Amino acid sequence: MENESGALSRVAGLFSARGYNIESLTVAPTEDPSLSRLTLVTRGSDEIIEQITKQLNKLIEVVKLIDLTEGPHIERELMLVKVKAIGHDERAEIDRLNGIFRGNIIDVTARTYTIELTGTSDKLEAFIVAIGAEKILETVRSGVSGIARGEKSLAVK
Amino acid sequence: MELTGADIFARCLVDEGVEYVFGYPGGAVLHIYDALYRQDKVEHVLVRHEQAATHAADGYARSTGRPGVVLVTSGPGATNAVTGIATAYMDSIPMVVFTGQVPTSLIGNDAFQEVDSVGITRPCVKHNFLVKDVTKLAETIKKAFYIATTGRPGPVVVDIPKDITAEKAEYAYPETVEIRSYNPVTKGNLRQVRKAVDLMLSAQRPMIYTGGGVILGRGADSLNKLVKQLGYPITNTLMGLGGYPATDRQNLGMLGMHGTYEANMAMHHCDVLIAIGARFDDRVTGNIEKFCPTAKIVHVDIDPASIAKNVKVDVPIVGNVDNVLKDMLRVMAETDKKPDAKAAKEWWAQIEEWRGIDCLKFDRDSGTIKPQYVVEQLYKVTKGDAFVTSDVGQHQMFAAQYYKFDKPYRWINSGGLGTMGFGLPAAMGAQFAHPDELVCCITGEGSIQMNIQELATCLQYGLPIKVINLNNRFLGMVRQWQEFFYQGRYSMSYMESLPDFVKLAESYGHVGMKIEDPADVEGALQEAMKLEDRLVFMDFITDRQENVYPMIPAGAGLNEMILV
Repeated sequence: MENESGALSRVAGLFSARGYNIESLTVAPTEDPSLSRLTLVTRGSDEIIEQITKQLNKLIEVVKLIDLTEGPHIERELMLVKVKAIGHDERAEIDRLNGIFRGNIIDVTARTYTIELTGTSDKLEAFIVAIGAEKILETVRSGVSGIARGEKSLAVK
Repeated sequence: MELTGADIFARCLVDEGVEYVFGYPGGAVLHIYDALYRQDKVEHVLVRHEQAATHAADGYARSTGRPGVVLVTSGPGATNAVTGIATAYMDSIPMVVFTGQVPTSLIGNDAFQEVDSVGITRPCVKHNFLVKDVTKLAETIKKAFYIATTGRPGPVVVDIPKDITAEKAEYAYPETVEIRSYNPVTKGNLRQVRKAVDLMLSAQRPMIYTGGGVILGRGADSLNKLVKQLGYPITNTLMGLGGYPATDRQNLGMLGMHGTYEANMAMHHCDVLIAIGARFDDRVTGNIEKFCPTAKIVHVDIDPASIAKNVKVDVPIVGNVDNVLKDMLRVMAETDKKPDAKAAKEWWAQIEEWRGIDCLKFDRDSGTIKPQYVVEQLYKVTKGDAFVTSDVGQHQMFAAQYYKFDKPYRWINSGGLGTMGFGLPAAMGAQFAHPDELVCCITGEGSIQMNIQELATCLQYGLPIKVINLNNRFLGMVRQWQEFFYQGRYSMSYMESLPDFVKLAESYGHVGMKIEDPADVEGALQEAMKLEDRLVFMDFITDRQENVYPMIPAGAGLNEMILV
């Protein structure tokens, strides 16, 4: 969509005004600074998704829209987790889990680790379960970004 | 030459061909009002409340098909305009609303008369802009008109901070603008049109259902040709009245909650439904589960989001109504297939049986004035040729049922939002657009008081509107529902302490009339119409307990009407 102030609030406003749910939303400028890419995850029957798609297309600032779930696609989400890490055993266990999930420990204190993890939302949730909620001090999730598989692209001609 | 933003604004309106701006001045728009003062091409109409400015611009737009233009100040000026903007949005009326804004440096500071106009209006506009650079002002205004008038029309708000109107820039009004993300569809898909025509011609019990899109999309002439060639029955929505002549036998009248029995029964029993520029609103469909159970549906609409929103359709066609209708006529001319004459005969026999019930009959021997009778007599006295605006409630339904509109653009009412207070200012807009035509406002004693102050505007500009006040001393539609569904507990629906409308009209410098006897109705109307250059406020004291019939109760299907 157009990289203009107000464009995002139009999208968010449409969802609240029409009673649709936003599960996650990410937005950032693209290689063309006049355009932003917004990826939004929502849920609904085929009819509701069709209606959401049509209503979004009516927004003047929406340049191009695709439903990634209509074809093969890749979803990724970034998570930063700060966990309690006290004592040798606990620190070793967290490090091991981090390795299994292919995360990176990006900050260390005497009592905490901060871990960076990328993957599908399912993988991030599995990691949270594996670590155990009681050990988690803070999580930050970016929301889902997505892209179609293969040569198909959403570029504006 | 460099001009100030205020002068650029005035020049843009001239170059856009704007005749009238409806508005009200204030601090944030003083530079603009000064620029308007120093030119004589665009006429500014001073209303008495910003809501009325938007309704007047709306009435101008609905009666001409051209965009209405509004100018209001920041803060309360903008918030007062919101009801009128939402009204236009719900009925897809082209309108451009300019709101003043505090200077750029003060935005976000809770400055005097500051509101986030772009934020407040966002959910009820087709689009809106905040102008942050005077060099973009002209282009933004052009975009606003372009967006408001193309595709599915709608209101566009342009918020202009005061400092932008003082700064200078080179003026050039772009002839066209391109917006890469906005390319409204105009032509329908021809393959779909062929499919639709094939389905239409194979119908046994066809029904044509048309809405406001026929009027907004200038499709009335093509619709007329299509309906005549097919010989099929047609019904119009509240917004679509006048899209096809009401006096033609093929027209079964309005459909929906207070539509005719024959229109609703034909809808329910049809096997092919041809929906054109209509959006399957809940007031039209009744219970959606029971809607048109046996019909295959063709749906023509300019807005893809209107298609399959409420009802699944078999042949969707996205496109401008007039273009699609013309394509349908072309395809029909090419094919040898003809409507099934034998089936048509049976279908019409059934329809005439329904029509024979005469669902719009009312008590003609009553000693009190029946509201239906007033509208019927108004129709007679004006020869069906007036521009008629209405407010919202029982009188609106009576107007829609008993005034037979044969032409588009003549019936002006708030269908989607249902805005009381719409009628009088909308009549002003229609009268400005058509100074030599008769403009009537059918209203009630509740609605008229929501913008009664506009009687002053009417005096200032010499607008000879005829106000038909159906005064039943009740908020009639609320009272009707309370009678039906709340065991007659008339909670707050009784209008006490009414003004003397005759004296009120006179104090505003107009003519007031009070009519209490059914025998006086026709004569009074004739007398009022003779006062060609005066506003006449006609206070008809009507039957207090009259209800709007027929009626589809909530949750019922179109075949489950209450007749009386």
